[in-house]
Amino acid sequence: MMRLPTFFSMLAKHVPLPVIQQAAAAMLTQIVRRHGGLFERLGEHREKRYAFLPSDLPLAFLVEPAIPAVSVSRAQRPPAADAAVEGPLFMLLALMEGRQDADALFFSRDLTVTGDMEAMLALRNALDDSGIDLPGDLGAMAGPLAPFVSRAASGVRSRVLAEGNPSWN
Amino acid sequence: MELICPAGTPAAFREAVDAGADAVYCGFRDETNARNFPGLNFTRDELTEAIGYARRRGVKTLVALNTFMRAGQEDIWYRAAADAVKAGADALILADFGLMAHVAETWPEQRIHVSVQASASNAEAVNFLVDAFGARRVVLPRTLTIDDIARLARQIRCEIEIFVFGGLCVMAEGRCSLSSYATGRSPNMNGVCSPASHVQYRREGDALVSVLGDYTINRFPAGEAAGYPTLCKGRFHVGDKDGYAFEDPVSLDVMDQIDRLRDAGVSALKIEGRQRGKAYVAEVVATLRRALDASAEERGRILARLRLLSEGNRTTAGAYEKRWR
Ligand code: SF4
Repeated sequence: MMRLPTFFSMLAKHVPLPVIQQAAAAMLTQIVRRHGGLFERLGEHREKRYAFLPSDLPLAFLVEPAIPAVSVSRAQRPPAADAAVEGPLFMLLALMEGRQDADALFFSRDLTVTGDMEAMLALRNALDDSGIDLPGDLGAMAGPLAPFVSRAASGVRSRVLAEGNPSWN
Repeated sequence: MELICPAGTPAAFREAVDAGADAVYCGFRDETNARNFPGLNFTRDELTEAIGYARRRGVKTLVALNTFMRAGQEDIWYRAAADAVKAGADALILADFGLMAHVAETWPEQRIHVSVQASASNAEAVNFLVDAFGARRVVLPRTLTIDDIARLARQIRCEIEIFVFGGLCVMAEGRCSLSSYATGRSPNMNGVCSPASHVQYRREGDALVSVLGDYTINRFPAGEAAGYPTLCKGRFHVGDKDGYAFEDPVSLDVMDQIDRLRDAGVSALKIEGRQRGKAYVAEVVATLRRALDASAEERGRILARLRLLSEGNRTTAGAYEKRWR
């Protein structure tokens, strides 16, 4: 799968954390609003803390479904979490949408999972059933520009997925 | 031959139907289901909705209630059977003889399939289930060769379904105690083999180490494809040798034997993988559908890409052409 161009990781190093934090929180709010049942499948694992560690970005994201909240930190100081998944950013995003098979990526060692595997499995299954569509969901945040943003994001997604192996949809 | 496809979530169910399944199998979110994994499976309402979706497209739904009832708690399984019948399941996939008796007595018209968990692998066992409970189909354990299946087909009075693709459980199913031994939880009673609650992955330098309960199951050096920490696929020290004592971390694939299976008398081909995501289900079902409809020459090319989705990135014909160690 395509890795994030180095330019973005350089950029992320210099953007102040609160700015990224605000954007991530807005994204989570939007996703939860459009997919109300998203965390229902987690059952008891809703209380757990999940870390997403993009290997091509100097950032770490901690998601707490019970609140729901997301916090961003610098990768050198990863947050304490019950379960963590690490892989290229585009791969993590594709997993959120259920467009890539997590098991296949794990077999091929593209993805690393650590910590509470039961919680991680529950999250994987919840995301898989949720029907998250990032271009559509996030595009809707762009107000009158929504159709353009969605179309541009879909284009990027198609290109990224086409480079992946295995990839489909 | 029918293509029987797995679904662990409503989203995967719709993918399976749209990708060309003849029937989809699934189960409830509880211990009546041998794939009782966190975040997986169907509520009663989700099942009813899924059955409707499938029926409108001419696809059947098979509901797996394929664990063994606990004495004194039979009601959990009886209620699940009643709810599946009410939702309109085309067949119930059952392992427990007591539950088969209950279903046959309460709903004599309900189609019963014998789950692989029942481990019915000889003519006497299968015909007993046909005579006693009116079983219409048996899912055979993955321990028989194609010649065994052909011999059996001539002697039994119901349809045969076999696993052709997906995770490989190499023992006589319903009888394997490896998971119970290591974790206290088993597919037969709790619906999970080598459960995630007991799994840990650790990085040691470039190697990935998988641990189940108190046991190190495998150590994958950098660059080597990984597998699940399933006990039967662990790499162990045995005597003075190191290696896979039971089975390599591979997946089952006998799709290149379709014609022989058809000749042997198999009526349904089953894909394992209710625990896999919808992307996997969509890809595998669509590909196997195309392979089923293609000529023998074209089949190899169509199937080649599925290897990438498989455990260890490799596949095996399993016991269907077994040379035991
Ligand atoms: S340990 Fe292996 S053979 Fe035993 S139930 Fe699990 S998958 Fe099947």
